[in-house]
Amino acid sequence: MWTSGEILEGEFLTLLGPSGCGKTTTLRMIAGFEDASSGTITVQGERIEDKEPYQRDVNTVFQNYSLFPHLTVFDNVAYGPSIRKVPKAEIRQRVTEMLHLVQMDGYEKRKPDALSGGQKQRVAIARALINNPRVLLLDEPLGALDLKLRKQMQIELKRLQRKLGITFVYVTHDQEEAMTMSDRIAVMRGGVILQIGAPMEIYDRPNCRFVADFIGESNIIDGTVRRVDGKRIEVETADGIVLTQGEGFREGEKVCVSIRPEYICLSDTPREGFTLHARIKDFIYMGTVIKTSLDLPHGQELKLSRFEADPTLHEGDERYIWWDTEKSVLIHMEGGAV
Amino acid sequence: MSGSSTATRKRHSRLPMIAQAGPVSVWMILFVTIPMLFIIFISFMTRGTFGGVEYVPTLKSYETLADLVYFNVILKSLRVALVTTVVCLLLGYPFAYYIARKPADVASRLIMLLMIPFWTNSLMRLNAWMLLFQTNGPVNKALLALGLVQKPVTFVYTDGLVLLGLITNFLPFAVLPMYSSIEKLQTAMLEASADLGARPSVTFLRVTLPLTFPGIFSAIILTFIPALGTYTITDMLGGGKVLYIGNIIKNQFGTIRNWPLGAALSVLLLLVTALLIFLYSRFAKIEDMEVL
Repeated sequence: MWTSGEILEGEFLTLLGPSGCGKTTTLRMIAGFEDASSGTITVQGERIEDKEPYQRDVNTVFQNYSLFPHLTVFDNVAYGPSIRKVPKAEIRQRVTEMLHLVQMDGYEKRKPDALSGGQKQRVAIARALINNPRVLLLDEPLGALDLKLRKQMQIELKRLQRKLGITFVYVTHDQEEAMTMSDRIAVMRGGVILQIGAPMEIYDRPNCRFVADFIGESNIIDGTVRRVDGKRIEVETADGIVLTQGEGFREGEKVCVSIRPEYICLSDTPREGFTLHARIKDFIYMGTVIKTSLDLPHGQELKLSRFEADPTLHEGDERYIWWDTEKSVLIHMEGGAV
Repeated sequence: MSGSSTATRKRHSRLPMIAQAGPVSVWMILFVTIPMLFIIFISFMTRGTFGGVEYVPTLKSYETLADLVYFNVILKSLRVALVTTVVCLLLGYPFAYYIARKPADVASRLIMLLMIPFWTNSLMRLNAWMLLFQTNGPVNKALLALGLVQKPVTFVYTDGLVLLGLITNFLPFAVLPMYSSIEKLQTAMLEASADLGARPSVTFLRVTLPLTFPGIFSAIILTFIPALGTYTITDMLGGGKVLYIGNIIKNQFGTIRNWPLGAALSVLLLLVTALLIFLYSRFAKIEDMEVL
């Protein structure tokens, strides 16, 4: 496993990737539960890779909360400060503050068993934050909550992070969650960070096929660069020539073109520039959007999404498709062989 | 837990209690309650001239118990049972912890090793201890050969050997419930504690120990009570020279044939045990008890 990346002070960084990509392992290495086989981990200039977990100035919110079942909510939150021998009166005050911060006032005497999933989550966050960590690590903390509570907690967590200014490193496999909350996202696969950047940057400018495919939905068409004209690039695909844009590509190079479903345009007549021929395969109603599948002559299937249904469109209809060159992304083939 | 059981009781309140508990209560009444009541009954009867029981009520047996001798025997038995329990816990806990942290297949093999002695007859095991420790047995020969002692040590019929016999006999009963508790302890709890700044010793005292307490509690009950009442181990390894409450009870029903006194001693042992469990349960919730 090879990971390299820098976390900025006070940012909300998300490690995003499919299960088994090494995001939790990375988090556990920062926390100290897993040994890094080589390399260093530095927090604010201080090397911590040889320190024991209890010596590190980072705290974790665990996937299954891991609240101590034999302790009350108060004692759970007070655990960290009580170990550092903080005076009792100060602990009492800090715990009260923390429980107020996560909106759990009045639950001090409850045992974790008597809390709902969302409440346990809040206590777990308070228990970690009370220690004023330099970095707060969150390992899929919302994974066990239902969708609605999850959305609510996403917003709350984000606000909490803004308010406290503590660096959050958040692990999730849910790309929507990553998009909503993060300042920056690091997309991981096979223990390697493929791309790190702001959500919008990752979405609009994926640097490899995997990122394009994993973040949101994308149509990926393989082809060969036919002509390079400054930033304008002509790519020859099995279904015809398409125009796209990019930098640092050579003629004859194998590439793939990524185009988001919402950017594909349909028309009855061919258009200047480039057009591909497509046949409407089927429609899927998804609530907010309608997804349309298109077949290209050589068997490639493209997805197209719209907010409204087009009443003139029927299954089996033939159309011309095109897109704004600016909206498509050209990706080197070697960077993204899945 | 108590809330739901109350609800159940209410729902079935028209059925007699006995029908609800069914065969279990019949079993308990036949094999526990009736014999116990019979023992209590006999303890208030007169000893027959030729050893039987004459059904003439008397308090004579209990008057005999007031003798300081019996008090000292009980005290000694309690002390030995206590030492056995403490040693079993101190040896058993690390062992149980070690097994519980092994993968399941290795753990079950280690438990098997622990259980193998129980496939042999207990009298044979006790005789084996006697042979090992007798005056010209292997242990003494080894000690002499190593020059650690000048003449053979008397192990047989001493408190030390009795203690060894008790500990080896009851250790598995201490290990199993503690193993079961420790096995349920999630490593995530230990990680959470370390994450919050607790060094391993602090984590052990504040997380591991409290969370595995039900197992420790069961281990105490499962070693202390049988160790208090045992007589085969004390009889064979103590040779009747050292007296324990279990041996005295056995002798009253056996060679001495004073059943009422034996019964009275049993009642006394029962009361002492009940008192200890009661005191203990004041500190620990009984429902936390871990029974395999």
